[in-house]
Amino acid sequence: MISRAAGLLLASALIAGCSSSDAAVNSGPSGNLVLATTTSTQDSGLLDVLLPAFDARSDCIVKTVAVGSGQAMKMGEKGDADVLLVHSPAAEEKFMAAGHGASREPVMHNDFVVAGPPADPVGLAGSATAAEALKRIAAKQAPFASRADDSGTNAKELALWKTAGVVPAGAWYLKTGQGMSATLTIANQKQAYTLADRSTFLATKGLQFTVLFEDSADLRNDYHVLVVKHDGVNTACAREFADWVRDRPAQELIATFGIDEFGEALFFADAGR
Amino acid sequence: MNSEPVLEVLARSATVSLTATVIASVLGISLGSALALAGLPGRRLLTAVVNTGMAVPTVVVGLLVALLLWRSGPLGDLGLIYTVRGMIIAQVAIATPLITGITMAALQLLPPELPEQLRSLGANRLQLVVRLWIEARLPLLAAAMAGFGHAVSEVGSATLVGGNIHGQTQVMTTAIVENVSRGEFGTALVYGAILLVLAFVINSLLASIQQRGAVWARN
Repeated sequence: MISRAAGLLLASALIAGCSSSDAAVNSGPSGNLVLATTTSTQDSGLLDVLLPAFDARSDCIVKTVAVGSGQAMKMGEKGDADVLLVHSPAAEEKFMAAGHGASREPVMHNDFVVAGPPADPVGLAGSATAAEALKRIAAKQAPFASRADDSGTNAKELALWKTAGVVPAGAWYLKTGQGMSATLTIANQKQAYTLADRSTFLATKGLQFTVLFEDSADLRNDYHVLVVKHDGVNTACAREFADWVRDRPAQELIATFGIDEFGEALFFADAGR
Repeated sequence: MNSEPVLEVLARSATVSLTATVIASVLGISLGSALALAGLPGRRLLTAVVNTGMAVPTVVVGLLVALLLWRSGPLGDLGLIYTVRGMIIAQVAIATPLITGITMAALQLLPPELPEQLRSLGANRLQLVVRLWIEARLPLLAAAMAGFGHAVSEVGSATLVGGNIHGQTQVMTTAIVENVSRGEFGTALVYGAILLVLAFVINSLLASIQQRGAVWARN
């Protein structure tokens, strides 16, 4: 009697098991997928929208590590990450040229802004380019907070200084060595200017800060997805994620993200296959 | 390596934590003695508060101090946020409960008849307390050392109140966190090794002083 009951249980469990796997949208790759991405995708809240959607249709279990783009690529080089979502084009090209990546494809973009105290003591309005705006800040030695953390934003900032022909140094140039939100908070408290990606600027709470310079060609911020090429990485899951994030449903999530909360989209979808 | 010279960071760590330890020792030993010796009203409650203070995560202390010091906070006009002085305040808040607690325990462990004897020998209050401090000098030294160790090794409040600004408020622990987050594990390990050596030197010093004290007490 008991064995019959157990048999019934077992049978029903098997049926349940079969039906649930039939119901799954995806019977593709599985396992842990380490996604190394920039702090901006995490701080802005985009990942909180994207990852559950991916999770719902994939058997891959995503583990996110939100770091600067520099460290994300270092993790890729060592095979500590399977897929990267980063925004540091020059470093990405180097990464691909060195043979660390299997693919690199555009996902989305947003833009950087120069933010600072609303009074704008330097007077950035009327600058032609972001580089010129930074030059004005340096000329007045107004406090400027730099992330100084090898992130994509930091790389952008250093490139702008280079264009401006300024070597930033001195007591006015504050290197925080921290992420975007932390640096914005410090800049806000120190009445300092800073370069921020628009999404994190909008998503960081408690700032008495305004955008003082925006909408110039040298402030575009491109995000790419990179599948890592290294022994032992979960390439199948990485490929699946890279394809999924560039596919229509995910691209729509990206394009509408933030409209409810901030009244404007934080990212612009670039793939939409 | 994008951080500033190791020695400068090390010097700043030592300055901040030593200053904080001195201030916290004055506060903690006074408060601990008062709690142990004077029959203060509400002593139990105060003791519970001190014990809680010993267990509060340093990052929570950092958060409270940062909220006080922010420009929008009640002490914002002092301009102490993201400064060395602000960090010292935070570390005083972290080390004081620990030093108070250990002082209290040390004085309570002295022979209970000792205060009575001292009083019968005609000691006034101040002389009594000073005599008891001398008796308990080793545990009191240990209390200060523990306070220093706690202050120099914590990272939460140093980040929140100091901001890890290079050349201004970066200390050993925040430099370690920063270098790890940049993938510079080698540099992070160097900083970690220096902190470890620092802890070893301080503890050896403590051990040798205690040893000498013990020999002196036996003779």
